[in-house]
Amino acid sequence: MREHVLVASGFGGQGIMLLGQILATAAMVDNKFSTWLPSYGPEMRGGTANCTVVISDEHIGSPVTDSPREAIVMNIPSLLKFEERIQPGGLLVINSSVVDREPERKDIEIVKVDANKIAERLGNIRAANMVILGAYLAKTGAVSEQSVEKALKMKFGGKKDSIVDLNMKALRAGAEAIKN
Amino acid sequence: MADKTMVKGNEAMAEAAIRAGCRLYFGYPITPQSEFTEYMAKRLPEVGGSFLQSESEVSAVNMVYGAACTGRRVLTSTSGPGFSLMQEGMSYIAGAELPSVFVNVVRGGPGLGDIQPAQSDYFQATKGGGHGDYHAVVLAPGTIQEAVELVHDAFDIADKYRTPVIILADGMLGQMMEPVVFGEFRNLESLSDHLSWSLTGAKNREPHKVTSFNIDPYELEKMNMRYQEKYKKIIANEILYETSNMEDADFALVGFGTMGRILGSVIRRAREEGIKVGLFRPVTLWPFPYDALREAVADKKFVLDVEMSTGQMIEDVRLAVGDSLPVHFYGRTGGVVPNPDEVLRVLKERIEEVK
Repeated sequence: MREHVLVASGFGGQGIMLLGQILATAAMVDNKFSTWLPSYGPEMRGGTANCTVVISDEHIGSPVTDSPREAIVMNIPSLLKFEERIQPGGLLVINSSVVDREPERKDIEIVKVDANKIAERLGNIRAANMVILGAYLAKTGAVSEQSVEKALKMKFGGKKDSIVDLNMKALRAGAEAIKN
Repeated sequence: MADKTMVKGNEAMAEAAIRAGCRLYFGYPITPQSEFTEYMAKRLPEVGGSFLQSESEVSAVNMVYGAACTGRRVLTSTSGPGFSLMQEGMSYIAGAELPSVFVNVVRGGPGLGDIQPAQSDYFQATKGGGHGDYHAVVLAPGTIQEAVELVHDAFDIADKYRTPVIILADGMLGQMMEPVVFGEFRNLESLSDHLSWSLTGAKNREPHKVTSFNIDPYELEKMNMRYQEKYKKIIANEILYETSNMEDADFALVGFGTMGRILGSVIRRAREEGIKVGLFRPVTLWPFPYDALREAVADKKFVLDVEMSTGQMIEDVRLAVGDSLPVHFYGRTGGVVPNPDEVLRVLKERIEEVK
């Protein structure tokens, strides 16, 4: 059975929840099972938010995890919280524009993406979440690019196509950025 | 196949209620349930329904009481502290034998508690909560898809038996998203008319009386015995549960709702390690599947009941199993959700004790 268990974490406002929703929706488009579970609570503005996404070929039992296979961290508090919890052999995707600190784990794969800078270059720093999602997808192949586009259209349906276009450009730029 | 939609649990249950023919909603927002109220505020006017945000849950439940007297499908949703405020009204509704659906998206308690997921309102939902000899049917969905289906069924059960039905969800089910296939919209004309008893204006007919009151104890006893006859029918006809991996299992896990779903992951991992363990998941918490549970676990070495509380359903599990085999318990409370790793660890500890 193929299963992805991802925790995505960052400051409120970095689009972490949306990243997770788009990923889980794209998995649905791919005819897979998926769950999206947000952290929720009395958070202060700029506080850290995270969500857990599970994607599976089978019915999903637990939408909650203490030890994700994969983590996306968009800020330092998220790195401190989740680096140690990743399963051995797992994947850590770091937004190196914000996280100016080296991870310590040697038993996981680490991918750094200058997500804010790439998003700024594309014209909108708010697309940094899609840049880092693109990098994550290039590594894991968890869902297809076409499905992400469909998920974005579902989410932004009725609004300007330019929003979907910008997000897709950001997604591809993120995938491109980690090709060495 | 019908289209799948990625949807939040609270919103999914609200949409399911509308599709089941609910056009009346009274409620008061409370985390982690508020999206339910918000969704109804937006959606009910679109389908010709009425949404009313009351000044408190005491008021909301009495609006439900009044609306239910008309025989129309009505629902309210809340979370622990609000559900407590509704208990007096629920007792009146049970006594007056009125169809109605309550959704409790349970959070950590007691008191103000917190806003994280919990199952610690089990006693309140299944053992009364309000005063008097009454029961409400209690349905515990494990996934959003199941929640959608049970909301649909809840209205039918409420209509069939003239009883309040509770959907006992939790903060996780309310807040998470997963793909859902919604059912068709019910034709409102096809629903029970309840014209034999409902209050619709008595012009050109004898008046109806809806009440939970009778000053004569012998008459009130008769009313109570009528409720009990109804409960017997519900017990005979409406019990729901799910089992998985039980046939060859040495050990049985028991859990409901979100916890039951998480136990599915525990079983998958345990089986990968060669541990033969199965799951019994009650779906109706009242009526509780005593006989089915007893039979399902009869040949097992022990039962491990896992809850998001300090142990409430465990009392019913023990009633079902008796002294025939050990019943262990593991729970987290206050809004902490047990993860599969820790439950697997506990399971292995209990197995070590047997060896």
